[in-house]
Amino acid sequence: MEALKQELKEKIVTTLNLEDIAIEDIADNDPLFGDGLGLDSIDALELIVILDKDYGIKLVDPKEGKSIFQSIETMAAYIEANRTK
Amino acid sequence: MTQKTYIQSYIQIENNEIVLNGESVFKIEQTDFADFSKQAYRHFEIQYPKFFKMDALSKLAFLGADLLLSPIVSDEKENNIALVLANNSASLDTDVKHQESISDKGNYFPSPAVFVYTLPNICLGEISIRHQLKSENSFFIFDTFNTEFMSNYSNILLNSNKAETVLCGWVELFNNNYKAFLCTIGTNENLKITNETINTLYNK
Repeated sequence: MEALKQELKEKIVTTLNLEDIAIEDIADNDPLFGDGLGLDSIDALELIVILDKDYGIKLVDPKEGKSIFQSIETMAAYIEANRTK
Repeated sequence: MTQKTYIQSYIQIENNEIVLNGESVFKIEQTDFADFSKQAYRHFEIQYPKFFKMDALSKLAFLGADLLLSPIVSDEKENNIALVLANNSASLDTDVKHQESISDKGNYFPSPAVFVYTLPNICLGEISIRHQLKSENSFFIFDTFNTEFMSNYSNILLNSNKAETVLCGWVELFNNNYKAFLCTIGTNENLKITNETINTLYNK
């Protein structure tokens, strides 16, 4: 699980071009949206693509995203439970 | 009565160099546009993390506009600054990246962050968001920079009171080849650039 969290932090910083954010500055429970990393709606779509492309998870109900993408912790837990690759 | 209009300020960006009102303000060794734009952003101490999410065309337009508009926009009043830009390649640089991401049906993962930049006028939106502009804006596609059209269009906007200032120019970028020429035009006489026109400055 720790390795997956680290992997997600690296993917998020790289894929979402968070140039001014260091991976080590992201805490597992930091909110990804709003006051945390400050991600926006396009970033949310990119996270859905990451789930599909890298972990074989297709989000059928977009409303699920709100709870899945709360933090690195929630995202890693969801991937761990549902990944197909 | 038709008011006379004047170029207030101008900027040129090409060949790893930024020239503001005829003076070189940033120049680095040969590199690609991604590196050049990042170094320019750092050099001018711009604080706007969304810059790094933009496509190359928007970064080019944003950098030029930022250096021209930051000194004149005000937080205290509505800034009626129209934006009129043009280029030759539209958003082709980003269109190609998007096309590459959808060409393999077995590996079909288009990036939403790339797709949103597959229109050239998105760079106008980025400039408008940055400077909180709710004014007129247009993006034209020409074979070459049509300075007469740009001058006439700007004069019409100013003389019909659609805008108090016009930021206009050329922002061309494709495959790491880039050239931007932007200028602000207004009705205040500018003694430093008295007899210059968009055409004479662009062709200097």
